[in-house]
Amino acid sequence: MTTMAPDTEAAYEPALEAAFDATVAADERVEPRDWMPDAYRASLVRQIAQHAHSEIIGMQPEANWITRAPSLRRKAILMAKVQDEAGHGLYLYSAAETLGTSRDELLDKLHAGRQRYSSIFNYPTLTWADVGAIGWLVDGAAITNQVPLCRCSYGPYARAMVRICKEESFHQRQGYELLLALSRGTPAQHAMAQDAVDRWWWPSLMMFGPPDDESAHSAQSMAWRIKRHSNDELRQRFVDICVPQAEALGLTLPDPDLTWNEERGAYDFGPIDWSEFHEVLRGNGPCNEQRIAQRRRAHDEGAWVREAASAYAAKHGEARA
Amino acid sequence: MSSPSTAAALALGDDALVLSHRLGEWAGHAPVLEEDVALANIALDLLGQARLLLSLVGDEDELAYLREERAFRNTQLVEQERGDFAHTIARQLYFSTYQALLYGQLADGMGPLAPIAAKAAKEVAYHRDHAEHWTLRLGDGTPESHDRMQRGLDALWRYTGELFEPVDGLEVDTAALREGWQAGITDVIERATLTVPTGPRRGGWSAGGGRRGIHTEVFGRMLAEMQHLHRSHPGATW
Repeated sequence: MTTMAPDTEAAYEPALEAAFDATVAADERVEPRDWMPDAYRASLVRQIAQHAHSEIIGMQPEANWITRAPSLRRKAILMAKVQDEAGHGLYLYSAAETLGTSRDELLDKLHAGRQRYSSIFNYPTLTWADVGAIGWLVDGAAITNQVPLCRCSYGPYARAMVRICKEESFHQRQGYELLLALSRGTPAQHAMAQDAVDRWWWPSLMMFGPPDDESAHSAQSMAWRIKRHSNDELRQRFVDICVPQAEALGLTLPDPDLTWNEERGAYDFGPIDWSEFHEVLRGNGPCNEQRIAQRRRAHDEGAWVREAASAYAAKHGEARA
Repeated sequence: MSSPSTAAALALGDDALVLSHRLGEWAGHAPVLEEDVALANIALDLLGQARLLLSLVGDEDELAYLREERAFRNTQLVEQERGDFAHTIARQLYFSTYQALLYGQLADGMGPLAPIAAKAAKEVAYHRDHAEHWTLRLGDGTPESHDRMQRGLDALWRYTGELFEPVDGLEVDTAALREGWQAGITDVIERATLTVPTGPRRGGWSAGGGRRGIHTEVFGRMLAEMQHLHRSHPGATW
């Protein structure tokens, strides 16, 4: 327990900051009650909120296929996956709450367009194969991004990520297996799988964010050990993982420049169309408006339910007391 | 142990399949994130029950995707559109109370459905608990939630009689089922400060016939959506 008055606390700030820096430098975890710089707290809230929002917006393109899943086994897998995403949203909003920001506050910002979610979910799921492509490529890219976050300097976020990564890697394998069944299926199924990979490949590469020299938050996040690898490094790692997997799937990645570079020990790949990335980020993707509109609608239509739950808790909380 | 009656497995399996589908429509639309998780969880349990039951009497996918509307044996209660959250909760209360008693009886018996019923009974106990808690919160929450919950109970009431129609080969004590059900829902509804509906308006139509393949108009559209992709690729595996 601290008895310091605010003015004396300010005087101690250099010492607190030194302790924080030492924790980060020693690769130890910063915990909710520890002192942390305001900018560190704000940066974490921004990142965790964006991640939580991505989970709940990400439910939409996949839920789009629950009622049309072509076998009961696939339907069960897809429902379980969408349920996992809701669960990930819950852990992440809880992690943000440990930093003093409530779920309601974050949802309001999402609905008002003041906080972002991953732009990948602004693309539509047009065929069943898109469910597989999202699992294989989008979840695959997410895992590549997120595994290093299991060692992030902020404890609650790092711990949430351990569980999330386990489930994501399960989803990634399920997506791959779905595409494999299509690729080895009828000619129409194979074509459906190839078309989905053609549409999802480039947006998946954009999930790693802008190139390192244009990334706004990277340098500071790396210094704080929230982030551990650069955008370009992670993107390269993802490409190198995907190329042999695409071969095993019997599908082609839509990039004629994709070639093995012996010297680098990595695949070279073609230029990314960043103008598309920035357009989608500005709100001009195919589904930006639709995704936020559905979120708002669910939230607004559910207001009376949340009010009822609070009213009931207030009445019966008092009755018990 | 005798082999299961096709009529019994289809009746129970189709109820679970169709209600699972309707609950699946909530994904991404629930009033609060916890309910996205809970409703999906219930839908998954029901889908699991449907797969076990349908597989007793045929290929689960052929039965789900290649039967026409008239060949389905689910009650009309489960095929109704999801409506608002109160409507969904009213259906969950009616149906999970019925299913809990039904599976309880089957699990205690020596019939061919006993092992599936024993497993399902544990899941359904949770579904019933979920429905009960929400009925209480909505009934005894705000004036708006009270009205909506009452409307949900009233609107679906006419579909409940069908739950107690005898099904060939389904060895249950229907009278006890009906009595237990009436007592169970009455207890919850009254604690929720709501009124137990007393029956369709005079001269009103009371539902029935789902077990004989007579469904309501909304069911055909639901199947069109559910079966479209599977039927578009005859013979394909997924």
